[in-house]
Amino acid sequence: MKVTLKNLTKIFPSRNNKEKKNVVAVADFSFEIPDGKLIGLLGPSGCGKSTTLSLICGLQKPSSGKIFFGEDDVTNLPPENRGVGMVFQNYALYPHLTVKQNITFPLENLRGKDKLTKQEMAEKALEAAKLVQIEELMDRKPSELSGGQQQRVAIARALVKMPRVLLLDEPLSNLDARLRLATREEIRRIQQATGITTIFVTHDQEEAMSISDLIVVMKEGVLQQIGKPQEVYNDPCNLFVAKFLGTPPINVFEGEVKDKKLCIGGAPVMDADLPDALVTVGIRPEGFIVDENGAFEAGLDRVEVMGRDISVIAKHPSCETPLFRAILNGENEVEGERIRFTLKPRKVYIFDKESGCRIEVK
Amino acid sequence: MEKNNCKAWLYLLPAIIFLAVFLVYPLIDVFIYSFEEGYNSVTGSSFGIGLYNYRYVLRDPYFLMALKNTLILVLITVPLSTALALLISLGLSSVKKLRELFQTVYFLPYVTNTLAVGLVFMILFQKTEYSNGLINLLLELFGISPVDFINGPYIAKISVLCIYTVWVVLPFKILLLTSALASVKQDYYNAAMIDNTPKWRVFTKITLPMISPTLFYLVITGFIGAFKAYSDAVALFGTDLNAAEMNTVVGYIYDMLYGDGGGYPSYASAAAIILFAIVLTVTVINLLVSRKHVHY
Repeated sequence: MKVTLKNLTKIFPSRNNKEKKNVVAVADFSFEIPDGKLIGLLGPSGCGKSTTLSLICGLQKPSSGKIFFGEDDVTNLPPENRGVGMVFQNYALYPHLTVKQNITFPLENLRGKDKLTKQEMAEKALEAAKLVQIEELMDRKPSELSGGQQQRVAIARALVKMPRVLLLDEPLSNLDARLRLATREEIRRIQQATGITTIFVTHDQEEAMSISDLIVVMKEGVLQQIGKPQEVYNDPCNLFVAKFLGTPPINVFEGEVKDKKLCIGGAPVMDADLPDALVTVGIRPEGFIVDENGAFEAGLDRVEVMGRDISVIAKHPSCETPLFRAILNGENEVEGERIRFTLKPRKVYIFDKESGCRIEVK
Repeated sequence: MEKNNCKAWLYLLPAIIFLAVFLVYPLIDVFIYSFEEGYNSVTGSSFGIGLYNYRYVLRDPYFLMALKNTLILVLITVPLSTALALLISLGLSSVKKLRELFQTVYFLPYVTNTLAVGLVFMILFQKTEYSNGLINLLLELFGISPVDFINGPYIAKISVLCIYTVWVVLPFKILLLTSALASVKQDYYNAAMIDNTPKWRVFTKITLPMISPTLFYLVITGFIGAFKAYSDAVALFGTDLNAAEMNTVVGYIYDMLYGDGGGYPSYASAAAIILFAIVLTVTVINLLVSRKHVHY
């Protein structure tokens, strides 16, 4: 099911009577989610991504704008008639019901021509349970399950009625690091197996990048960029997106374009066919090459060895942070007080100093 | 380890001494008195040991009257007050405006003096030479002839007692149930809503099981409280409850000890033990039933 958001806006009225200031949680959102894709809504906390999810599932009404599932306008449809499945952040499994009862719960609500017999319900529940591999846990209570298992039950409950759209709110945030890795693969697998258009919310860029077909980066209710994870990473449209994606994060320097050269700390480091201006420069950690004759010189602080790679931690007076990090191939040998790099032009981004917007170099 | 043990006992000592002197010792004493025939509290002597006291109490028409009143009170007020409290709490948790005001109003009876309220109820219900009372005025509007609820027929009197008891116990139950309802996470309701769950099913399958521990607590304490009813009857019908046919078991025990025809600690003890046995049985039944239906 294709999901389309058109100029979606959600404004929460101010609670403070003295200072009337409405909170714009989602501002003029428009994008289209193709059928059968896995979409990651990504942004720092408070950026309106969960609100967007609530609007799509119908728990909240938009202040303006429209939501379409396929060709149907669902904007004014209550959540129960939208045919969505939702996995809540804390799973919201009914604690007094067994796993099986939890999974069959949505099916028991079906009335009229959709009404199922007990037999059919049990079959569907088992099918959903098999999909998420919890068929041996059917008679347990949620409190007797681990976090990861509870999550699977929640997904099975959301999937059992074959929703048109599956929504996951921070699905991995309650899991430990190891389980998180396994579960995100699992979500990907389940999504591929069912082909249901799936939207999930996360603040963890790695999580979003690793499994999404498309990521939507948000900041303070405003859509920043939408695209395939690698495209967004390689081609961020502004400083916020560049900073938000990537671990270790991008290194940000103050710089200047002068005589068609990009200068950092006064030294020309790269050609840039741009008019003279003060700019902000972002360099990905993997954008450095050690070179005795390199144009970019920095003070070496320390080297962290991580086996395959090494991390060079260095200082530069123009850097936004006291230290910056360059990731190099493990075969490099780095010593001394100073280090010189040449930069990979495709890993260097130039941003407008005021607006933070990307300035493309031809 | 051993030293710690000593310390632990030391800390427990004040409470243990207090409980032993004022709770355990009297309990044992009551049990003993109930088997001693004609125990005299002044001389501390008795005629002998046996079941005579129980036989007497169980044949005493006043005791049977008190038992009947108490049972009626328990069977009517506990389910009625719990159901009403649940209904009101559900209403309270679904209104947004004026919720605080309503909560305060519903909680007021809890902080009001029982005897004072009893007096007000008496004025509302009593039929005197000068007035039929407010309730009778209301009844007359519906064409029902006035009844004297305080000095009139038994059925009228017991109804007033039940209404009064429900009114008195309601606020506490409402208080606990509203907080229990508020503690059910909104996510459960959201999940149910997305799954198109009908309202009655949300209530029976989600709300009720989630608040079942509180409900169960209210039922148990409600039963125990109703079995111990006494002051409510006094507030409405005065101290001579036997004459008013409105005595309760606790009232009977009190009369046997200190009333006009009192001074019979043995009979009082036997009645107390009988009451204890009844309360224990009911509570055990409650616990057994709850195992199936209460979800912690």
